[in-house]
Amino acid sequence: MTLLAVDNLTVSFPTADGTVQAVRGLSFSVEAGKTLGVVGESGSGKSVSALTMLGLNPGADITGSAVFNGKELLTMNQQQLRQIRGADIAMIFQDPLSSLHPHFRVGWQIAEAIRAHTSVNKRDAKTQAVELLRLVNIPQPERRVEAYPHEMSGGMRQRVMIAMALALKPKLLIADEPTTALDATVQAQLMELLVQMQNEVGMAMIIITHDLGVIASVADEVLVMYAGRASERADARTTFFSPHHPYTRGLLGSVPSATGVVGSRLTPIIGSPPSLISVPTGCGFHPRCPFAMEMCIDDQPDLVEIPAGGHHVSACWLPPEMTGVGVAMDTARQRYASAHRGVRSSKLPGVVAAVEGATVYA
Amino acid sequence: MTRFLIRRIILGLVTLWVIITLVFILYYARPGVDPARELAGRAVTPALLANINKAYGFNLPVYVQYWNYLKRLVPIPGQFNLGISNNNHLPVTTIIAQAVPIDISLAVGSAVIWMVLGISVGVLAARRPRSLWDRGATVFVLTGVSMPTFILGLLLLYVLYYLLTIHGIAIFPKPGSYTPITTNPLEWAHDLILPWITLALITAATYSRLTRSSLLEVLGEDYIRTARAKGLSERRVVYRHALRSSLTPIVTQFGIDLATVLGGAIITESIFGLPGLGLAVVQAIEVQNLPVVIGIVLVASFFVVAANIVVDALYAVLDPRVRVS
Repeated sequence: MTLLAVDNLTVSFPTADGTVQAVRGLSFSVEAGKTLGVVGESGSGKSVSALTMLGLNPGADITGSAVFNGKELLTMNQQQLRQIRGADIAMIFQDPLSSLHPHFRVGWQIAEAIRAHTSVNKRDAKTQAVELLRLVNIPQPERRVEAYPHEMSGGMRQRVMIAMALALKPKLLIADEPTTALDATVQAQLMELLVQMQNEVGMAMIIITHDLGVIASVADEVLVMYAGRASERADARTTFFSPHHPYTRGLLGSVPSATGVVGSRLTPIIGSPPSLISVPTGCGFHPRCPFAMEMCIDDQPDLVEIPAGGHHVSACWLPPEMTGVGVAMDTARQRYASAHRGVRSSKLPGVVAAVEGATVYA
Repeated sequence: MTRFLIRRIILGLVTLWVIITLVFILYYARPGVDPARELAGRAVTPALLANINKAYGFNLPVYVQYWNYLKRLVPIPGQFNLGISNNNHLPVTTIIAQAVPIDISLAVGSAVIWMVLGISVGVLAARRPRSLWDRGATVFVLTGVSMPTFILGLLLLYVLYYLLTIHGIAIFPKPGSYTPITTNPLEWAHDLILPWITLALITAATYSRLTRSSLLEVLGEDYIRTARAKGLSERRVVYRHALRSSLTPIVTQFGIDLATVLGGAIITESIFGLPGLGLAVVQAIEVQNLPVVIGIVLVASFFVVAANIVVDALYAVLDPRVRVS
C-alpha cells in the first residue's frame, strides 16, 4: 500500500538575489512499513522536500502534490497539518543538541508531544515518556526523564528525539541526517535502533542522508537527488550494485573502503553542486559528469525505466547498457552486503547473488 | 544552585565594600580636603567645625576613621548609622526610610507597565516582521528612546492634568500627591499613575526592541522547528518555547532599570513633586548636605548590587545550563 505519494513537487524561495529553486519536479512514493533512503549532497533539496510536506517552510512557493494516506498535504491549512505533524508523520533532525529545547527536561518535552495530540493528563504522559525512553534503550529511564538535554551525550539526545518521534506511533518517520552529528559507533547503534523501532511500530521511514553507508543496511529503496531533482531511484540492491546514473556511481566511488587495494585513491566527484538560483541547462549534473555529451547540455533527461532492475529509473541520457560499468567495491556496498546476509536477507530475494558478486570484487 | 547563589552574594558583598571604600576616600580621605568643612555646608562657624570634627572623629588617624565608618555601616539595629543631616538635624536613615517607599512604589508600578507593554509590542513585531504592526512598533520604540523624560512628563501633566482639569474633567491627581499603599491602595495607584506612565513609556521602548530581536533570533532555532514538528500550536510554540528562551537579555536589562528607579528617579520625581530618593538627593546637593548625599549614594548602590544578584538568580531559574557552571 502506498503511504505517501509525491508528484512533481517544486519548491522555490524568493530571495533578494533571485529565486532559489530548491526542488524542481520531484516524484517518489513510500510504501507503508518500508524504508526509503534519500541521498544527495548538501543543497540537493532533500531536507527541503521533507519540511515542505509538513508545512515547515514558511515563505516558500510550492506546486505539485503530496498525498499522504489518501489526503493531500500541500493544500492543508496549518491547523490540519498540525494534527498530522508529530502524530502521523514524525520527524527527527540532524543535531540533537540544538533540536531539543535547552531549558526543558527531556521527559517534559516528550510528554508535551503526547499531550499535543491526546487528552492524557500530565502524570500519565510522563509515565509514557519513561516507557518510551526505556524503549529506545536509555539506561535508568526513571532518572533520565528528569534530565536536561545538556546533561546527556549526543547519542542519548538523539535517542530522546527518536523516543519523542515514536510517542504517537506515527505511520511515517522522516529522519533528516539522523546520525551526521554523531560519531561512527553511535551511528551504527542508532540505525540499528531505528530498524528495531520500525519492526516494533510498523512505520515507514524516509532516511535523508548524504552518506550512502548510513542507509546501506536499512533502506528498501534509494532515491538519489541532485540539484533539486531525482537523478536515480531503485531498490537498494540495484542502487549499490548496478547504478546507472553517473552521479550515483560518483557517490559510491567517493566512499572510502576498509578492504580496498592499499594505496588506491578515492574517486571524488569533481567540482561542487550548482547554485540553485542559476541551475545549469539540460541535465543539472552535466558540468561535473565524466560522461557528459552534447545533448546533456541542452536537454533535461526525465526518469526512464532501466529494464534490467526492479523499479529502477534513472534520469540520464546514457544507454541502459552502461548500467554498473566501472563501479568498484566499496564500504557502502560491503555494509549493504553484510547487513543483508543476516536478519533481513530473507526479505530481499536475489541478495545471495549480490554477496557472491561482492566476494569476487573484494 | 545554592553554591551558585552563595558565590554571587559574596561577590555582591565585595562589590559593595569597594563602593563603600571609594565613597570614604572620595568624601573623607581625599588629599587636600577638609571633610569637616565639606560636611558643614554653607553656614560655617568655627564652633560647628569643631563639633563635626569631634562627632566624626576627623582628628583621628585615617585608618581609625575608616574602621569607625565601616562599623557604622554594619546592618545591625542600633549600630547602623548614616549620620545626621546638617540641614534639619534628622538622622539620614530616617530621611531615607521616608523616601524609599515612594521609590519602591514608583519602580513596582512602572515596571509592571513597561514589562507588559514592552514585551507585548515586541512579540507582535517579531511574529509579523515587516508588517504594519512591526512598523508601528518601530515608531513607538524610536519615540520612546528619543523622548526625554522631562518633556514626556511635562506633556502628560499639561494634557492629562492641566487641560482636563481646567475643562472640569479632574481624573488625574495634582502633582505632589502621594498616598501610602497601606493607607489606601486605590488612592496610591491613582496618585502614581502619571509618573508610572512617564517612566514606563520611556523604558518600554527598550524592551520591545530587545524582545523583538531576541525572539526573532530564537524563532530561527532548530528546537523551534522541533516544537512545530511535534504538532504544537503556533501560540504554544511562540509563548512557551520561544519567548522562554528570549527572556535572558530582557531579565538583564530589567535588573539595571529596576535598580536605577529604586535608587531615585531624579527627573520623574522632580516633575511630579514626589519626595523620593531622587528629589531628596537633588535638594541635598543644592545645599551641600553631604551626609544625605553619601547616604543616598550608598543606598542606591546597594539596590544596584542587590538587583544584579536577583538577576543572576533568575538566570539560573530560567536556564538550567547556568546552574552547573
